[in-house]
Amino acid sequence: MKLKETVNELEAEFKCCKLLPDRDVSWCYCSDLLSDVMANAKKDSIWITLQTHPNIVAVASLIGLSAILISRGAEPDPETIAKAAQENIPILTTKLPTFEAAGRLYSLLKK
Amino acid sequence: MEKQKKPVTKDIKHEYSIKGMDFVAAGEASSNIKHTLQLIGFAPAVIRRAAIAAYEAEMNIVIHAWEGVLITSISPERIEIIAADTGPGIPDIDQAMKEGYSTAPDHIREMGFGAGMGLPNIRNVSDEFTLDSSLGRGTTLTVVIYPTA
Ligand SMILES: Nc1ncnc2c1ncn2[C@@H]1O[C@H](COP(=O)(O)OP(=O)(O)OP(=O)(O)O)[C@@H](O)[C@H]1O
Ligand SMILES: [Mg+2]
Repeated sequence: MKLKETVNELEAEFKCCKLLPDRDVSWCYCSDLLSDVMANAKKDSIWITLQTHPNIVAVASLIGLSAILISRGAEPDPETIAKAAQENIPILTTKLPTFEAAGRLYSLLKK
Repeated sequence: MEKQKKPVTKDIKHEYSIKGMDFVAAGEASSNIKHTLQLIGFAPAVIRRAAIAAYEAEMNIVIHAWEGVLITSISPERIEIIAADTGPGIPDIDQAMKEGYSTAPDHIREMGFGAGMGLPNIRNVSDEFTLDSSLGRGTTLTVVIYPTA
C-alpha cells in the first residue's frame, strides 16, 4: 500500500515531505520508546507515536520507516520538521489517539 | 631480503566525536555510518544491525557520558564499531545489561529514552560484544558484525 492511500482513513495531515506520498507502507508499529522502535519496528512501517522531538527522525531514518504519524493531536517541534525534511522522512499528524489510528491502519493493511 | 607481503585490502576507518547531552546532533554519527555502509553495498539486514548498534551506542554516550567517539573500521568481511567515552562509567555491567535497567532521569525518559533496552539491543545484533568500563573514567564498547555470518 502507498502512504497516500492511508492518509484519508487516518485523518492525517502532512507536516513535511508531502511530495513523498508514494512511499510503500507494509506495516505499523506503535511505541513511545525509542529503543523499542529501533529493535522491533519493521522496515516500511508507519510509526505511530506521541514523541515530537527531533530524535524520532534519526530513528525512523536509520531503520527505514516509511513515515512517522504523531497521534492524539500532538504537534512536532519545528526542529523535528526541519530534520525530517532534510532526511526525507514524512511526518504526519492526526487527532486520532494511537489505538484508533492503529486500528484503522490495521484494517487497511490486512485487506 | 624481506619477503614480499601479501597485498591486504585496507579497512575503511572513520571517527566521529559525540558530545554528552547534545540532542541536536544526536544520531548524526550513526546516520553517517549507515550511509557509508550503503555506499559500500552491504545487505540491508547487515546495515540494519550495524545502524542499531551504532545508534544505541551513540545515544548512550549522549545520555550517560560526558563525551566520546565512535570509531568504525570496515572491510567486506568485518564491521567493527568502537564507542569510547569519558564519563561516569558503569558500576555493575551485568545489571546494566539487563533489559529494563536504566538510570536515565525523568526528563530523558519523557523523550522516550531510558527503556533499558539499548545495550541488550546492541548485544542482539552483534557477533562480538565487549563492554569495558572504569568508574569515574569512562566506558568502551566494542561491537563486531560479520556480514557473511
Ligand atoms: N556509556 C555509558 N556510560 C555510563 N553508563 C552507561 C553507558 N551506557 C550505558 N550505561 C548505563 O547502563 C544502563 C543501561 O543502558 P541501556 O542502553 O541498556 O539503557 P538506557 O540507555 O538507560 O535506555 P535505552 O537505551 O532503552 O534508551 C544505563 O541506564 C546507564 O546506567
Ligand atoms: Mg541506551
